[in-house]
Amino acid sequence: MIVSFIHRAVMQGIPLLFGATGEIITEKSGNLNLGIPGVMYVGGISGVIGAFMYENSLPDKSMANPFLAIMIPLLCCLLGSFLMGLIYSFLTTTLRANQNVTGLAITTFGVGLGNFFGGSLIKIVGADVPSITLSTTSKFFSATLPFAKDLGWFGEIFLNYGFLAYLAVIIAIVASIYLKRTRSGLNLRAVGENPATADAAGVNVSRYKYLSTCIGSMIAGLGGLYYVMDYVSGVWSNDGFGDRGWLAIALVIFTVWKPNFAIIGSILFGGLYIVHNYLNQFFPFIPVDMGTQELIKMAPYVVTVLVLIFNSMRNKRENQPPEALGLSYFREDR
Amino acid sequence: MENKAAVSFRHITKAFGSKVVANKDVSMDIMRGEILALLGENGSGKTTLMNMLSGIYHQDSGQILVDGEEVHINSPKDAYALGIGMIHQHFKLVDVFTATENVALGMDKKQTGGAKEIAKAITEICDRYGFDVDPKKKVYNMTVSQKQTLEIVKALYRGANILILDEPTAVLTPQETDKLFAVLRNMKADGKSIIIITHKLNEVLAISDRVSILRKGEYIDTVKTAEATVQSLTDMMVGQKVELDIERPEIEDKQLRLSISHLTCLDKYGVTALDDVSFDAFGGEILGIAGISGSGQKQLLESIAGLQKAESGSSIEYIKPESGARDQLIGKSVSEIKKMGVALSFVPEDRLGMGLVGTMGMSDNMMLRSYEKGHGMFTDRKTPRNLAEKVKEELEVVTPGISTPVRKLSGGNVQKVLVGREIASNPTVLMAAYAVRGLDINTSYTIYHLLNEQKKKGVAVIYVGEDLDVLLALCDRIAVLCGGKLNGIVDGRTATKEEVGLLMTNLKEDGQEGQKNDND
Amino acid sequence: MTTTKDASSRGKLFHIVKRTDLPVWKSWLIRIAAIVFSLIVCAIIIVAVTGDNPIQVYATMVKGAVGSTRRFWVLLQEIAMLLCVSLAVTPAFKMRFWNIGAEGQVLIGGLGATAIMLKLGHTLPAPVVLILVIVTSILCGAIWGVIPAIFKAFWNTNETLFTLMMNYIAIQIVSYFTYIWSSNKGNNVINTINTDNHAGWFTLPQSVDKYGYLLNILLVAVLTVLLYFYLNRSKQGYEIAVVGESINTAKYAGINVKKVIIRTMLISGALCGVAGMLLVSGTDHTITPNTAGGRGFTAIMVSWLAKFNPLFMVLTSLLLVFMSRGAIEISTVFGLNTSFSDIITGIIIFFIIGSEFFINYSIKRTHAKEVEAK
Repeated sequence: MIVSFIHRAVMQGIPLLFGATGEIITEKSGNLNLGIPGVMYVGGISGVIGAFMYENSLPDKSMANPFLAIMIPLLCCLLGSFLMGLIYSFLTTTLRANQNVTGLAITTFGVGLGNFFGGSLIKIVGADVPSITLSTTSKFFSATLPFAKDLGWFGEIFLNYGFLAYLAVIIAIVASIYLKRTRSGLNLRAVGENPATADAAGVNVSRYKYLSTCIGSMIAGLGGLYYVMDYVSGVWSNDGFGDRGWLAIALVIFTVWKPNFAIIGSILFGGLYIVHNYLNQFFPFIPVDMGTQELIKMAPYVVTVLVLIFNSMRNKRENQPPEALGLSYFREDR
Repeated sequence: MENKAAVSFRHITKAFGSKVVANKDVSMDIMRGEILALLGENGSGKTTLMNMLSGIYHQDSGQILVDGEEVHINSPKDAYALGIGMIHQHFKLVDVFTATENVALGMDKKQTGGAKEIAKAITEICDRYGFDVDPKKKVYNMTVSQKQTLEIVKALYRGANILILDEPTAVLTPQETDKLFAVLRNMKADGKSIIIITHKLNEVLAISDRVSILRKGEYIDTVKTAEATVQSLTDMMVGQKVELDIERPEIEDKQLRLSISHLTCLDKYGVTALDDVSFDAFGGEILGIAGISGSGQKQLLESIAGLQKAESGSSIEYIKPESGARDQLIGKSVSEIKKMGVALSFVPEDRLGMGLVGTMGMSDNMMLRSYEKGHGMFTDRKTPRNLAEKVKEELEVVTPGISTPVRKLSGGNVQKVLVGREIASNPTVLMAAYAVRGLDINTSYTIYHLLNEQKKKGVAVIYVGEDLDVLLALCDRIAVLCGGKLNGIVDGRTATKEEVGLLMTNLKEDGQEGQKNDND
Repeated sequence: MTTTKDASSRGKLFHIVKRTDLPVWKSWLIRIAAIVFSLIVCAIIIVAVTGDNPIQVYATMVKGAVGSTRRFWVLLQEIAMLLCVSLAVTPAFKMRFWNIGAEGQVLIGGLGATAIMLKLGHTLPAPVVLILVIVTSILCGAIWGVIPAIFKAFWNTNETLFTLMMNYIAIQIVSYFTYIWSSNKGNNVINTINTDNHAGWFTLPQSVDKYGYLLNILLVAVLTVLLYFYLNRSKQGYEIAVVGESINTAKYAGINVKKVIIRTMLISGALCGVAGMLLVSGTDHTITPNTAGGRGFTAIMVSWLAKFNPLFMVLTSLLLVFMSRGAIEISTVFGLNTSFSDIITGIIIFFIIGSEFFINYSIKRTHAKEVEAK
């Protein structure tokens, strides 16, 4: 039972991990992209559109080619979320628009786009199906190692996930190493801390902001893809993704902008998200009704606020948000 | 010394917005292996010109030549590629990074190697020139002088052949300055070109080979330092031979207004900025405060104004003109001081960042210090509007209207608005920090005149200045700060420039003793 | 080190200069042009999705927004609600305090109203209940708003992230109470409260006001004017403007910055509480976690687009609500999802915020000779 709890917690955590890693990369450049929830929706729906088109083009579902079934949604997802990142970067970096307003507009736009296509895709392409159910392509996304089930608890906790879950962990580790160990990561952090200094040192501030925001968006978009194609087995439902995008932003604060912490953090948040389903089993003597569930779902946000308060009170320089977070940079400002 | 131009400016013009022309048709050369001083008053366009060389700004027209070839420096990276490094007044360092990380920033790893190699290279540069930098130290733990050292090391590490230093000594102690100059001479011997932006003549004469002078954005001339004198440089800097003809009325009836004793304050980094300072200020006199910048002037004025926390044992007593009662100002906030009836006016150094609200018009700025007056929850709009009209007329403020945002006005007009407001409140104490910085001669004289008017009214005027000639011509007494300590108070009528200069740079063993005699 | 000149030989064609001297009418011309462009882009997208001709499309939108008396009233009501939240966030924004927690403050305000209506609706006289509803929702909103402000004032805690998190805490608290108070155990729905005696209802009798929106609209209209005068004419409004411009200047002027931050967020939260009250006791007479309906976020854009001027906010909220009502009509007519309106809203905002660049900066051509010289 505890094994299945950890397994579900990890599955809940993976979209958050993608979102948080993407947002950390973005925020390290000084861009506070509050559009991440929208980006994740777009990532999800773009993958859905790709998979839907592919499945509808097949005369017979059994003919699906595993490579295409994975690559088409994956590339669509990356393209969709990349474009969202590009809009954000263009508005905030090139046109120097306010980051908060732009981010919220991206979220409105992205969530709208996701729900719109989710609700109207069948009508628009004139397909003859009752609902968007992508079980064929989804099968490939959620495929696990064949022997995972035979390895008992170890297999269940560590091996029984679709490939995107491992990708999330790998990306988080790579991002962590990138930020900490590489020269380019150093430059990126400098852009977020003090763009004028980075500029004076010969770092192309705009390029870093664009790249980190677009790549960050693509990573976050994968979170949306994982959610629809793996977690809910290819069945899109509007608003189904819920507030996971904001939870990902909370996770960024919770992990004090460190992607490697986000791996553990995401599982913790994922666990808090679903723990109410298990409380009855763990502690049969505590009555857990739906009301209590709602209160428990509050926990990640409360914990995040506490971390935010704690870090600001302790005022340790390394644990603060990037110093130029939320500000646009203009070289000739004076 | 080779006689070859490392950098040539040709007809450079740069404007900010449509009104402010920072550089106008500037043409000049910097030779290989020389130290060139770029001399000019504040606002003469020295820094702007150098910022174009280092890729921060881009000229509106004109050309820059490096080693005789025309170049386009669009970014600091371009500048570095050409071997140009600039040490800005505000250090370009990332606070949460270590020294090594700051040096590595923006560099290709293939060239630099890893952190170890960089740390080694830093140590080598330090050994060669006698610097002291801990490669692992975080910048936010460093002193100002250490940060400057790091900046220079950073530029050298990047192979800078042309090093620009923007007012490098403003933040240094005399010993640190000497050390810096020694290093610069070494680098010159290596064939590097060094440009020092400064407005301190003694430094120009001490270190440079040649001096180029800018005035109000225009290039005036370049002369050999050996052939220059303080007088000749001053003449070129200010344009005409300025006999400072500032009036200094003699006021018989001087009344004790402020009594400061054992004032000690820390700056925002927790370093002692003012150390056991004691003096008196009298109504009917102008007390000058001299000192190299950062000697505690800011903390002195702000602690009187109620903006700076003082350490225990400090005392600032205000003596009421009517009753002679003594009120303690330490520990009081700005609004508490106001409520106590202390008529204190303060013209701060940072005019638009502190004294005025840039986006508001003259009228709204007039009520900044008095908006609370009157009953009810709404502001009185008529009085400030009338006052704005009055200030505009009397001080000849050039503005399209009293509701035009003051940040759109020129520096001189901004200062007139600020001084006008502060004087209008009928103060008994008037403090002014660098009141004529960046202003033209005419406006400066207007300001001197206004201060003298206040003095005649019996106001205790405290004037923090940087130009010794002005201080000596305007003030009745001059208190000299050195490293946060009061190093002596001299009589403005009898003291010489050398005397004050010496007090500014050399701390006397018994700095507090001198004042007693001068007070009488 | 070798001096390579190729890095610097790329002449840029353009460079960007900040401008301060654009006449006001020109800046409005740019904004209007941006709106027109956004409408054209929206039209292209709508035509692409529906295949209808653009003029017909806009006719449908207008019909959707103001096509009947009822729709007209709904439009006014929606504007009033969005405007009310926009007014609420404005004092904070003017102080450069990024209160993106309006969604939560509105909800908590509404929750306060719900609690009073549910628990006291049949024990106290109706007028007393209404007064208690108003007071409680204002208090609740203010408390929810002031928490981040206190931490900002004393420990400089990042208010953007703090207020954002407070939204979701509020949503979960409301979810909790919708369960606790649900009319049928377990269905998480609170049926319309006090249908019998209308205790705590902020509405006029149906005989006077058919749709029940009149009081809401009037109250928001009054609030708009009040807030305009508060921000532009009052001493406190002056303090807010100074603190927003420069903390140093505020301290110099003797303004207690901490006090202003806390007081302003009390006001901002209280106004959100009013919005929550209007939604719960003035409109829905019940609460769901979705009662604020994203207005807390849209309001930020409304306020910002109007340059924090309450009077302009009437126009910006009109624009957004009108377009969104129209887009909903289009989706209904063509059988599409109503989220279409969010896409339209997003596009309009992209264009307007993008246009600010052309108001604040000008693009200058680099001197032609230099470019050729490469």
